[in-house]
Amino acid sequence: MHIDIKAKEVKPIRHTYSHIARRFGEDRPATRYQEAVLDLQPVDNFHYRPTWQPDKELYDPTRTAITMEDWYKFLDPRQFYYGNYTMARAAQQASADKNFEFVEKRNLLALVPAAAKETIVDFIVPLRHYEWGANMNNYQICAMGYGASITSAAAMHGSDRLGNAQYITRIALALSDNDPAILDTGLSDWTDKDVWQGLRKVVEDSLVVDDWFELFVAQNLAMDGIVHELFFEHLEQKLNESGAATYSMLTEFIVNWKTEASRWVDSQIAIAVEENAANAALVKGWYKKWFEAAQRAVAPLADAAFDNGSEVMANVTRTLEVRAAKVGAAA
Amino acid sequence: MANRINMRDRYKHMTRLGWETSYQPMEKVFPYDRYEGIKVNDWNEWEDPFRMTMDSYWKYQGEKEKKLYAIMDAFSQSNGHLNISDARYVNALKLFLQGVSPLEYQAHRGFARQGRHFTGEGARVACQMQSLDELRHVQTQVHGMSQYNKFFDGFHEFPWWHDRVWYLSVPKSFFDDANSAGPFEFMVAIGFSFEYVLTNLLFVPFMSGAAYNGDMSTVTFGFSAQSDEARHMTLGLQAMQFMLEQHEDNVPIVQRWIDKWLWRGYKVLSLVSAMMDYMLPESPMSWKEAWEMYFEENGGALFNDLARYGITVPSYAEICAKEKDHLSHQVWGILYNHTAAAAMHTWVPDDAKMNWLSEKYPDTFDKYYRPRFEYWRDQEEAGNRYYSQTLPLVCQTCQIPMGFTEIEDPTLVAYRTTEYSGDKYHFCSDPCMKIFTDEPEKFCQAWMPPQQIFQGNCGGEGLPAVLEHYKFNLGADNMDYAGSPDETNWNKWKGLDGAGDGQVKAS
Ligand SMILES: [Fe+2]
Ligand SMILES: [Fe+2]
Ligand SMILES: [Zn+2]
Repeated sequence: MHIDIKAKEVKPIRHTYSHIARRFGEDRPATRYQEAVLDLQPVDNFHYRPTWQPDKELYDPTRTAITMEDWYKFLDPRQFYYGNYTMARAAQQASADKNFEFVEKRNLLALVPAAAKETIVDFIVPLRHYEWGANMNNYQICAMGYGASITSAAAMHGSDRLGNAQYITRIALALSDNDPAILDTGLSDWTDKDVWQGLRKVVEDSLVVDDWFELFVAQNLAMDGIVHELFFEHLEQKLNESGAATYSMLTEFIVNWKTEASRWVDSQIAIAVEENAANAALVKGWYKKWFEAAQRAVAPLADAAFDNGSEVMANVTRTLEVRAAKVGAAA
Repeated sequence: MANRINMRDRYKHMTRLGWETSYQPMEKVFPYDRYEGIKVNDWNEWEDPFRMTMDSYWKYQGEKEKKLYAIMDAFSQSNGHLNISDARYVNALKLFLQGVSPLEYQAHRGFARQGRHFTGEGARVACQMQSLDELRHVQTQVHGMSQYNKFFDGFHEFPWWHDRVWYLSVPKSFFDDANSAGPFEFMVAIGFSFEYVLTNLLFVPFMSGAAYNGDMSTVTFGFSAQSDEARHMTLGLQAMQFMLEQHEDNVPIVQRWIDKWLWRGYKVLSLVSAMMDYMLPESPMSWKEAWEMYFEENGGALFNDLARYGITVPSYAEICAKEKDHLSHQVWGILYNHTAAAAMHTWVPDDAKMNWLSEKYPDTFDKYYRPRFEYWRDQEEAGNRYYSQTLPLVCQTCQIPMGFTEIEDPTLVAYRTTEYSGDKYHFCSDPCMKIFTDEPEKFCQAWMPPQQIFQGNCGGEGLPAVLEHYKFNLGADNMDYAGSPDETNWNKWKGLDGAGDGQVKAS
């Protein structure tokens, strides 16, 4: 039996979960993003202290010095939950795949001048390890952070960084005709070559930072703001001008990702700074410390990669300073 | 032109990205994976059989999500909840969202921590992917149940409830225990014991229950999640084998963890046993059958495989084998008595259900449990439905109220007691007490609902204050199904209320 009943007969008794309605101040429909992140993390009545950090609770707001009245102010402007995140990345990787296929099928990398190839080997391939450090730091933010909204986005961001490292690996293997020696060279450059040691030191120093929001500022704003700007803007452009346009097809994923991800990074920092004066002072201090360290570390790389290295570095830092000022991290 | 490169090497290049740090010592970069005493000679022996790079991960997972959300959208547009067998069924989903989905979240965070902190890169990459998967599970579950939340009670405060309501301390303490442990114990607890050995006893009952009861939304997210589980099970087994193969000194440590965690998991699953045998209007299989198939048969084969490492079946397997005839009935009894303080409905099984239970439990149901249920039914009919106003003692380890009986005498409730640092602790069973005495400094910390209520930390004295603190809508979220708004609404929607409008079907 199928009788058409007017829709009015089957009316919802509420429109969203009550913890979300409380945040709204009324019962109205919530978005998928809101239902996917708000209040998901346990906050009270933990049973046991972590054996790996007995002075803290399992989830503990004091793993950073910043304070928030509500940790769910850290919302993602992209509104990523797992579903729309993977669907967005799937579309981007499909386009990246097409580019790789196009370039590899026509052997277009053979057309890249030797000098440009050398630049890629010297300055891009070792960044696999930089991205890997960023992967670790963002998973650390997810593991130790507070509130499901910023921590879930950090996990996605961490996985993005693994993706970046893997795209760089693919570029390297495409350049070397699948000879993995190119990766070994990249690794030994990263661990031993003078010019990389400053940056490696900054990365290793970041790996032992205890405060997860300091880590957020260090990695995602200060260090990336210099490294990505230098290598995926300025060097990208230089390579383009020196006949390596094909290469740009292969970095499309990383370059586009960088623009998208910075929206999230900037918004999180601005939110922390706007919360209170103590946060603002902390963020400014952290930013200054890591900005200066990263700048010192990267300067020799800029000198080695460009004839006018100090001029390029000045451009890179100026761009980051403008960005940092916008989010309230610059002094 | 291009040199060929095999998949295995390619994957290695894609994931072996680490280096020996020197500006900071490795022990400071990876501070957590040595204090448990697990010895590792060579992290490179960690193999990841799935060899999934991020781009393929995004691709496959993105495709699955697209399909899943299309079905969820269709389900809510067509009021798919009207197609379920009966509104009683929805209580299984309430239990799931309150008790299981928050564990998916905890798994997300736990695997993120191991995904950062294992020294080996292969282990880290695998844990990171599982961390993302577990985020997927909790979020798709919250989205899937969102539709039910709009039409039924018992869903709307699930995170709040998970942090405080007494029976949810059972799953919460289980996962807090795992997450507060070191990374290797976590892998045995969650990766191996839960994902590999017990997962079928959790997910198959819920998903086949959903299928039997017409719940297409849950069936769909269940199956979609199941495709991730293959990876999780492999990771769990890989972690175990890795520990066992790296050093013989690891074997007794791992054995103790297996013993602890299969019991911890088994106790959490006792809630599932009640769900299977009592909440599902249409039951695909009994708890006993599921236990026999998924633990005794599959688990038996697994332990045969592990014997070559010197790993043995936990000694309490005997207890479980005897208890399988009693477990679900005793747990349902506990829930029935304490429904005033639970965000779900209970009921006395009807004749058809009791006959089914007699058939499935020929040795015990008619002898011990049918008389009890019939007595409660008589009391209800006489207007004497009794709701317990206080919480009984709960086990210090598993946190289930004392209600399990002695294996040799099903009429005698089992109590075990021990002392630690001048205080008395109570347990439901020998294995629960053993877990405590192995780590008393940990288990004495447990957040015990009755004691907390008694100390006034849950809203104040007396049931009404506690229920207010729980944020229950009284008579809607708790108490019997009979007379609940769930029942009233269901009957109205289905035209069973005699209003003569006929039945509403999902379009
Ligand atoms: Fe899961
Ligand atoms: Fe899983
Ligand atoms: Zn117990």
